[in-house]
Amino acid sequence: MNARAMVITLASLLLGAPYPGTAQGFAGLGTDAEGFAVPQRGTPLAFPKDHGAHPDYRIEWWYLTATLDGAGGQEYGVQWTLFRSALAPSEAEGWDSPQVWMGHAGLTTAEAHFSAERFARGGTGQAGGTIDPFVAHIDDWHMISRAAEGADAYDALRAHARGADFSFDLDFDAEGPLVKHGDDGYSMKSAEGQASYYYSQPFYRVTGTLHLPDGPVEVTGQGWLDREWSSQPLAEDQAGWDWVSLSFDDGHRMMGFQLRGTQTFTAGTWITPSGDPTPLPDGALRFTPLAHTQIDARRVPTSWRIEWPEGELDIETEPLNPRAWMDLSISYWEGPLRFSGSHSGRGYLEMTGY
Amino acid sequence: MTALALEHIHKSFPSAEGPVPVLRGVSMTLAPGTAHALTGESGSGKSTLLHIAAGLETADAGDVRVAGTALGALDEAGRAALRRGRVGLVFQQFNLIPSLNVAANLAFQARLAGRYDAGFVAHLTARLGLDGLGARYPEQLSGGQVQRVAIGRCLAARPELVLADEPTGNLDEATGDRVLDLMLELTAEAGAALLLVTHSPRLAARCDTRHHLRAGLLEDTA
Amino acid sequence: MTRATFVAFLSHWWRNKLQLAMLLAGLALATALWSGVQALNTEARAAYATAEALLSEDGAAQLEHPSGQMAQDRFVELRRAGWLVSPVLEGRADLGETRVTLIGIEPLTAPPGAGPALAAQDLEGFVAGTGFAHPQTLREIGTSALDLRPSNAVPVGSVLVDIGTAQRLLETDRISHLTVNPDQPAGLRPLNEVAPDLRRIPPGEGAELGGLTESFHLNLTAFGLLSFAVGLFIVHSAVGLAFEQRRGMFRTLRALGLPLRVLTLALVAEMLVFALIAGAAGLVLGHVLASLLMPDVALTLRGLYGAPVPGALQFNPQWALAGLGMTLAGTAIAGGQALWRLWHLPVLAPARPRAWAQASRRGLRVQAGIALALGLVALILALRPEGGLVAGFALLAAALLAAALAVPVLLSAMLSVAERRARGPLAQWFWADSRQNLPRLSLALMALMLALAANIGVGTMVASFRATFIDWLDLRLVAEVNVLPANAEEAARLEPFLAARTDAVLPMLRIDATLEGQPGQVYAMKDHATFRDNWPLIAPVPQVWDRLAAGEGVLVNEQLYRRAGLDPGADRLALPGQDPLPVLGAYPDYGNPLAQAVIALPRFQDAYPGAPVRQFALRTDNPQALIAALQDEFGLSAAQITDQAQAKELSMAIFERTFVITRALNVLTLSVAALALFAALVTLAGMRLTQLAPLWALGLTPRHLAGLELARALVLGALTLLLALPVGLMLAQVLLAVINVQAFGWRLPLQVFPGDWARLALWAGLAVLAAASLPALRLWRDGPAQLLRGFAHER
Repeated sequence: MNARAMVITLASLLLGAPYPGTAQGFAGLGTDAEGFAVPQRGTPLAFPKDHGAHPDYRIEWWYLTATLDGAGGQEYGVQWTLFRSALAPSEAEGWDSPQVWMGHAGLTTAEAHFSAERFARGGTGQAGGTIDPFVAHIDDWHMISRAAEGADAYDALRAHARGADFSFDLDFDAEGPLVKHGDDGYSMKSAEGQASYYYSQPFYRVTGTLHLPDGPVEVTGQGWLDREWSSQPLAEDQAGWDWVSLSFDDGHRMMGFQLRGTQTFTAGTWITPSGDPTPLPDGALRFTPLAHTQIDARRVPTSWRIEWPEGELDIETEPLNPRAWMDLSISYWEGPLRFSGSHSGRGYLEMTGY
Repeated sequence: MTALALEHIHKSFPSAEGPVPVLRGVSMTLAPGTAHALTGESGSGKSTLLHIAAGLETADAGDVRVAGTALGALDEAGRAALRRGRVGLVFQQFNLIPSLNVAANLAFQARLAGRYDAGFVAHLTARLGLDGLGARYPEQLSGGQVQRVAIGRCLAARPELVLADEPTGNLDEATGDRVLDLMLELTAEAGAALLLVTHSPRLAARCDTRHHLRAGLLEDTA
Repeated sequence: MTRATFVAFLSHWWRNKLQLAMLLAGLALATALWSGVQALNTEARAAYATAEALLSEDGAAQLEHPSGQMAQDRFVELRRAGWLVSPVLEGRADLGETRVTLIGIEPLTAPPGAGPALAAQDLEGFVAGTGFAHPQTLREIGTSALDLRPSNAVPVGSVLVDIGTAQRLLETDRISHLTVNPDQPAGLRPLNEVAPDLRRIPPGEGAELGGLTESFHLNLTAFGLLSFAVGLFIVHSAVGLAFEQRRGMFRTLRALGLPLRVLTLALVAEMLVFALIAGAAGLVLGHVLASLLMPDVALTLRGLYGAPVPGALQFNPQWALAGLGMTLAGTAIAGGQALWRLWHLPVLAPARPRAWAQASRRGLRVQAGIALALGLVALILALRPEGGLVAGFALLAAALLAAALAVPVLLSAMLSVAERRARGPLAQWFWADSRQNLPRLSLALMALMLALAANIGVGTMVASFRATFIDWLDLRLVAEVNVLPANAEEAARLEPFLAARTDAVLPMLRIDATLEGQPGQVYAMKDHATFRDNWPLIAPVPQVWDRLAAGEGVLVNEQLYRRAGLDPGADRLALPGQDPLPVLGAYPDYGNPLAQAVIALPRFQDAYPGAPVRQFALRTDNPQALIAALQDEFGLSAAQITDQAQAKELSMAIFERTFVITRALNVLTLSVAALALFAALVTLAGMRLTQLAPLWALGLTPRHLAGLELARALVLGALTLLLALPVGLMLAQVLLAVINVQAFGWRLPLQVFPGDWARLALWAGLAVLAAASLPALRLWRDGPAQLLRGFAHER
């Protein structure tokens, strides 16, 4: 997951209401106290329906990341995210809609990091996520399907975002199947039972153009899409998370995260080149910070040792730019990385709560 | 008829310790055409006596008659009218009206009294040596000139009584003497009685009669 | 030594309490009037700034559709093109017991501003319907269905709500305009391609309160400055007198070996202390004054310009400090002369009045020269009237200053003529003496002339305006009854009923529009004799009413006609959604800050279908029966019906209110001028004893002298009034023909009201008498004693 449950924080920050602590232990009821739907183990994901928005869940996101190379050998990282946060489990026309949308875009080079954000309320058409044809958008930022008739909408995407001094237009073409995390898409987030629906498309080949202050750059590379929605993603004691998506040089993929709390909770998915997932249960992964970067008042671990003893995996990560701080209304670290050790490859790292 | 008759004049001024008597029964008679000097120490009451004679102040007791008119029977307006018509005053300073030129100053009291005589004023001007100064303003005159204008103005109205309070006090001796000579000469010519208040025995000696004021009483020194 | 010096200095004031009171009163009054006016201005300007900062703190541009509104989809369309815009919906709505302006914003997309910041306090509550209003507005509303919270960031008369709430209350799904975030991403398609029909209004131009009300504030400032100057005359008199009276003491102190530096320092310290004491008192007084006037200022600004200004005054350290600064500067100016004289005081020389007189005569010539030069400047400004409001006020300032400087010159000449023609010795002395003492009184007389001229000028302007306004109201308010339908449905139900019961039903329809770049409105006019017979027109084309009825053109109000320089018969006016129409004429429209255009009813309905009827003007022989029927059969409330008399009363009330402040300041200025004259006369009286003593000795009674002193003051006052008359008329003419046109957009004929002058003469006479009576009374009562001293004292 990207454990981007900060949309909850977003809701409370943006909307000023303290978020009511997610009541625990009623996972079986299907809804929480405020009427939001709650993920259920054993409920199969259905496509294309689940590609679109789920307004009866409290939070949701479409999250694209890409590690890219320019013609001259420069490396880049790109992030495109659309968050949805609901004040009530419903949708309505116009300003009565309880849905709030937020877009984040990031572009990382070795020297610089660009970021931008957008806000919108549902109901007016300013932002949304629709299925047929698939469009997720906020303002002029969009992620739209280019897939052929009959193919899955996520097989081919185009993404665009624009900030004050940067923009990008990228095509994402899948070279493998969708991958469901956890128990067939039911992803645990704590030992107490918090969970979300979570699936990914980790096999994108990416081509397109980045527009930087110095001019346009043609790029190619690899991309990863996360889709996740939930109503109760974090336990009360969980302060933040560290999440990675990794593309191995041998064609494997891996997603892994740790949720930092009184008791650290880890989870992950080992994905073969053909897209077969192996869920990694709590405790299978070990995250150890190796180097920190001081960003303003924050001390952020930007280099990690990640171990999966059972899979004989022991790698160390190195960020493209250790100062990839998303300095927005809600701030966090997000940027591309390279890793080496028992395995090597490239990936994306996200860290919140620092 | 006498020009000025003072009988048993009493005057006291209030002070923190009660009334201080300044004049304690002063009597004096001035015949027309005579010149009298009144001397005394500073604060002896000589100026007060002159003021009472002019009707500028009133006596606490006693009679004042100017050319036969009893001042006691007059109110402020009556006293002012009497001053206007019968009395000429010359002070040590501030005699002239600063906003009027010499000619207007000379004519002022005579015109006020309705007794303006251009020929007489011209005569006085000549006698006082003020020819050619008519268009000047008081502030443009010397001290001696100012006092001569004051004398001329006073005499132009043909008063029966001239009261002068240290008229040469601000002048040097030589100038003062000249001014006093003119004054004595001209009042005598006009047949007016003159009461000259001075602290100088030398000046007093030039008058027909001398009175000395001490402790509120006159000591005639003849 | 310094301490001893101070004791010597202060003992003077202890013995001359009246003088001290005068000095302090002059300073305090000057400070009070100036700071009071500044407090009013500061408060009003702060209110405008509040209004502008509500939507954006950095000043966001606006996008507007000519019709004054647009579909909400235009917002989405622009956002999807990448433009960071935010929708705003504004409209009038009844809330509780009053009518307010609803301002609906969208907090998530709004640029940083006071409004969004308020919303962010509780965003969930805000989008759910919580609103914010100024505490004063909250009191006016009373209770309402909305959950309203107090905030000083919201302009008075407005309620800030979420755009969804605003749409619900205003029963619309449209928006008024878009605010454009000052920071836009690079590489967007230009706005004129994305939304060619929307007009971009640069920051600050949408809310034109600053511009519209500028004249009002300039007006207040001018009065404040005038009062301040007049107050300084008082201070000058008092300081001058104190110096003269202490001349001997200064000389003695110098002779005793006190350095000039210490003496100067002591004098400066003394004045500083007085300035601070009086300044502080003045600030308090100014605040009280401003608090008393604020409700009227607020009503005026709201009535005249629709500017949201609260009726209560907040304490603002800015004007307090500025006011104190002015006091100190004013004291320095007023006391500077005394210091200068101290430095040039010979240690042991007697006073030299002759030199002083010469200097004052030379000063008079210089003054005449300056007056002439300023008069020339005023003339040049008057001949080039296109300079705008500031040039208009510059013209006024130059003309008034020239006139004021000319006062002593002219008075001196007049007195000199009188002196030459005088027969008796007393008359001769009277005029000569008046002329000689003129320099001592000239400042006070200049102040009096300014105050009188301001009174005549402003009075003439107001009276001319009132006369024109009453005539115009009679013509304009011909409808016997006016009915305000609550909504479109009621209007539709009322129309047939009214048609059957009245001689004529004249519906009033209106849209908001931008006309020649100015905020304005377009009205519909039904072709009817009511208008043909009664509406006075300026520069109409031939057959103007027929052509208007045929939809061939447009009438504009005088404001638009003058501001845009429209030429009926030659120019065309662009109305929203229509080809430019020929301008057929202009009509007076007093009291309206907005541009206005009128077209024929059919043409209006074609161009703007769906615009609701806002009012019916009804012609009837029996208004009372009609009103009764409307109330009985339709249940209309009394507030919805106004008869002719009520309408006139309301209009006149607004009119009168407009000039309340002007009149109050007028009276205050005249009072201060009288006080200045009083101060000068008291000063003079002290110095005049030696001038009057000889006259007393020569046989004038003190009573006579006192009478002459009173007469002199009256004569000088009368002569000053005589001089003030033409100046006042010139002032009125400039106000009517230059300032009013620039400030309000209408020009009025000058009418002369001699009755008002007589009344002013009476008041001025009383003021002068009051000012002169104390010194005269003293002379009369204590005359002999004082005059006797006059012979003994050197001054």
